[in-house]
Amino acid sequence: MSIAIGIRSFGAYIPARRMQRSEIAKAHAWALPGLRGLGKGEKAFCSWDEDVITMAVEASRDCMRGQNVNELARLCLASTSAPFADVQNATLVASALGAPRNVATSDQTASTRAGLSALSHACESGASQLLVAGEKRRTKLGSAQEMLFGDGAAALLLGSGDDLLATYLGSESLSVPFVDHFRESNSDYEYAWEERWIRDEGVGKLVPEAVNALLQRLGKTAADVAHFGLAGGGARADGFAAKKIGIADAAVLPDLRNNVGDTGAAHSLLLLTEALERAQAGDLIIIAAFAQGCEVIAFEMGAKGSDTGRRGLAGNLARRHEETAYMKMLSFSGEIEVEWGMRSETDQKTALTQQYRVADQTFEFVGGKCRDCDTIQFPRLPNCVNCGAFDTQSPAPLADEKAKVLTVTADWLMFSQSPPLYMGLSQFDNGARMLMEIVDVGPEGIDVGTPLEMTFRIKELDKMRGYRRYFWKARPIVSAAGE
Amino acid sequence: MATGIKDKVAIIGMGCSQFGERWDAGSEDLMAEAFNEALADAGIEKARIGAVWYGSAADKINVGNSAIPLSTALRLDGIPVTRVENMCATGTEALRGATYAVASGAVDIALAIGAEKLKDTGYGGLPHMPKGTFNDLWMPYGSAPAGFAQLAAGYRTKYGLEKDVLKQAMARVSWKSHQNGAKNPKAHLRKAVSMETILNAPLIADPLGVFDCCGVSDGAACAIVTTPEIARSLGKTNLVTIKSLQLSASSGREQGFKDWDGSYVPNTRNAAKAAYKEAGITNPRKELSAVEVHDCFSITELVTMEDLGLSADGEAWRDILDGVYDADGELPCQIDGGLKCFGHPIAASGLRMVYEHYLQMQGRAGDRQLPNPKLGLSHNLGGVPYNGVCAISIVGLEGA
Repeated sequence: MSIAIGIRSFGAYIPARRMQRSEIAKAHAWALPGLRGLGKGEKAFCSWDEDVITMAVEASRDCMRGQNVNELARLCLASTSAPFADVQNATLVASALGAPRNVATSDQTASTRAGLSALSHACESGASQLLVAGEKRRTKLGSAQEMLFGDGAAALLLGSGDDLLATYLGSESLSVPFVDHFRESNSDYEYAWEERWIRDEGVGKLVPEAVNALLQRLGKTAADVAHFGLAGGGARADGFAAKKIGIADAAVLPDLRNNVGDTGAAHSLLLLTEALERAQAGDLIIIAAFAQGCEVIAFEMGAKGSDTGRRGLAGNLARRHEETAYMKMLSFSGEIEVEWGMRSETDQKTALTQQYRVADQTFEFVGGKCRDCDTIQFPRLPNCVNCGAFDTQSPAPLADEKAKVLTVTADWLMFSQSPPLYMGLSQFDNGARMLMEIVDVGPEGIDVGTPLEMTFRIKELDKMRGYRRYFWKARPIVSAAGE
Repeated sequence: MATGIKDKVAIIGMGCSQFGERWDAGSEDLMAEAFNEALADAGIEKARIGAVWYGSAADKINVGNSAIPLSTALRLDGIPVTRVENMCATGTEALRGATYAVASGAVDIALAIGAEKLKDTGYGGLPHMPKGTFNDLWMPYGSAPAGFAQLAAGYRTKYGLEKDVLKQAMARVSWKSHQNGAKNPKAHLRKAVSMETILNAPLIADPLGVFDCCGVSDGAACAIVTTPEIARSLGKTNLVTIKSLQLSASSGREQGFKDWDGSYVPNTRNAAKAAYKEAGITNPRKELSAVEVHDCFSITELVTMEDLGLSADGEAWRDILDGVYDADGELPCQIDGGLKCFGHPIAASGLRMVYEHYLQMQGRAGDRQLPNPKLGLSHNLGGVPYNGVCAISIVGLEGA
């Protein structure tokens, strides 16, 4: 008997900002009153400084809590909206995680089923790896997609052994030229066909075909399915397909459309994390992704592992800031250009030479620890900030260290795409101290002493050259509900 | 053993342009305006100047880098001209260079000049000043007020002060400077304002409102220095001499190590200690006649009073509200209006402060003349409280 393959750990990241859909509908009511029907619930959207890479890093960190990042051999990022067309997005994620230099990285793209395709390939190959999927798609103003799509990321740590969280049972791929929506490589927005055709000819036929084939191969029936999730195919496609297959209503996972939105290539993996959070040992989990056919995968839930402190999907859903400013969402996603004034004209050119010289400091957030006086510090300069000794520092990671606000202000003068710019000195519990930008400040505000955690974000956007550089920012821990 | 600079160099001429939004004048015009006044005041020929230290801070919007813009503007032919830059301490740096040149015997007469043309940016506030390719990768770039506003958080936390009490004291700082600036014909802002206006102004960087922030101005100021002997040979009497010139620069410790509490400016304390020692001052609050401090923001002036040892730690807010630093108080501060109202053309500010002391000691300060001033302190802060430079100069009557 071969060694079991499956899921060792999982993690999720949903941006804290949740746009109230009713506000989007209200903004378009003058021309598109029909959108009111979609104007229910909320959708998660990225701040200006979040993208697929930053969300993938956060989901991966959530997944890697209690795991050894030094053992990562492979990392795959699935997305149709990763920021770079040429620069492997997965490599930047791996760098931020502090994965070993010889980690094999790859990007999976070109379909919203990319997340589940990558999962099925990984499980079939048996190679242990970190698989992360993230999505932040652009949508036209007033489109149904604007109402339906949301941003988010999910991560899975795959491996083998007899102590898995969930064991891979098998997968089925159905690949046919059913084009329900498309987006050419250089286009910003997708184009979608009629929902009724997608439901009747697509979801209604292709998903059952793939799921039934898998169940049959596994010697299971629809009645055995404890958790079923379907990504893609439009609203209520999951329940529609479940009925066709014969899966009980109660087994259909909440589709996250009401509180997150459709997260494209990440959606199937988010549904899987949802299942992993709910499932009991022995439960059969079936997750499908509809796009150019159907990808479907089956897992059997094992014993719940020990508590790693992971936020998971549930923790991310609880950590929410309600947003009603539609213009803010449009500005953050780059759909509208706000006149920020002359202060925003600063050239944000990145010296790529410099970026590479200090790559571990800026991507991985590694400072230095002086062997003479034990002071942990950032940045890591030739001489120790405390004792002045030369060349005495060894790498000291700061990304997972806790800190508190020492000094703080809300800057209304400096250009920020999310005014005011909160900044101040972060005093780390381990002694390190540095000036940091503070993000995701909720209505409760921040003051001296507020506990902080670190989060990977876009530092600057170089709009002149089409580049973005990343760094770590601080985030109040109090903004995470339930902590 | 270093003997210090006290009384080794005398100021024989000073000039200061009109500060303000000088739409009529370029940087070259401002340099000439200040220089011509100083030259006339000194009563010497331009050719007697042996070396020049010229300061400018914002070279992207000013006249560019190097000393050439100054030597060209003033047509200084074939003499050494050096450009210095140390953010808001630039003016004092220029004076330090010129003073040391004279004290060393390298030249008989030297010129220190600082000029800044800030109002060619097209917007209010200071222009963005990049911090280099590495810092660009990690350091958040707040505005100048955001850097100093953090002092308020540190200060009120340390002393358990209510936010509104501190805000009142900060407002009193600006109120006083507006009172003083109204009497200064060269000042940028010459209008008294009410406490209510100051307290209710829109926020710039919490808790700093518009009236907690100094003016952003165009201007130039300069000093001609020589030895006391040469000064006397030129017929000068009641000489104003340099008593002390000190500077302290951050090593990254404040923002990178755990031992600073965010409530004061370590650089000011370092520079003040050295400056008082050099000048032979043991009780600054009693011995100094007037102080010109770097009131870029009201909170800066407040903590500076403690950093300079003029108020006890945790007591400056009370001294300020008690009027200790008012024009008719125990130790007048910003008698010329300060950065707040005289204005803040960055590289000119250090020299502008000395200019006020110089006028006061010569009894030439007009409506704002203080009775018998003998010793004056100037204080500049460049950068931000947690990463910057502090320059202090003390000038006074010879023998004081």
